[in-house]
Amino acid sequence: MPIDQSLVGRSFPPTEPYTVSEEKVREFVSATGGEYAGGAAPATFPIVLAFDAMNAFLGAEQIDLSRIVHGDQKFSYERPVRPGDVLTATLTVASLRQIAGADIIGTTSEITDESGARVCATSATLVHRGADA
Amino acid sequence: MSASLRPGDALPPQVFVVRRSDLVRYAEASGDHNPIHQDEDVARSVGLPGVIAHGMFTMALAARAVDTWSDGAEVVELGCKFTKPVVVPDGDGVEVQVAGTVKDVADGRTTLALEVTCGGEKVLGMPRAVLRA
Repeated sequence: MPIDQSLVGRSFPPTEPYTVSEEKVREFVSATGGEYAGGAAPATFPIVLAFDAMNAFLGAEQIDLSRIVHGDQKFSYERPVRPGDVLTATLTVASLRQIAGADIIGTTSEITDESGARVCATSATLVHRGADA
Repeated sequence: MSASLRPGDALPPQVFVVRRSDLVRYAEASGDHNPIHQDEDVARSVGLPGVIAHGMFTMALAARAVDTWSDGAEVVELGCKFTKPVVVPDGDGVEVQVAGTVKDVADGRTTLALEVTCGGEKVLGMPRAVLRA
């Protein structure tokens, strides 16, 4: 069943504040084959926040994660993420179209720190392959 | 830092091996537990050729290559399309290669065009990084 067009423009509630720990950054770096020597988190680390926001969105819309593939991802950073940052992500559905039985969901997520300052803006296209796609 | 990056420079390709065990660790580290990255049956049931790497895992490898070339310069933009899935067979896994070219250096920004391939085929569309350098 196609996803409801009225979602376009809707923002979802911010994710619970997430404290970036050195341990978590080390785990992330290590999982991608690197070695963490302290300091800023890798450039793709904010996906942890963006993914949390996306999961909440998929849950709210009862969309099955296993039917989602990632179409594209962009980050633009105001500053690097560092251990000690307390971050939240707010997801907005930017666009929605249907192609060949798949929903192409354009999303943006703003990642902000405790003071409300933007740390990173991300956009992601999610391709939802329906059961009949 | 990356002051040594000059327009037109070809950056030395870096090769990374991706195994299913890496995807399991990445799922833990990133929070992305989509079973298409771990379970062959689920991946096939949604029309994929087999277990595929998280797009964000491949993007993280691209970011690692950028980090090495730039000696850790701050990333201000990072983006790509996920155009072809990286299928990860059981056992020895697959190799992903990240190559790059310096496209532009201006106004304190260095733009890198990347080429990310698996088995000689491009897996990311227009992968690009902009550095503060």
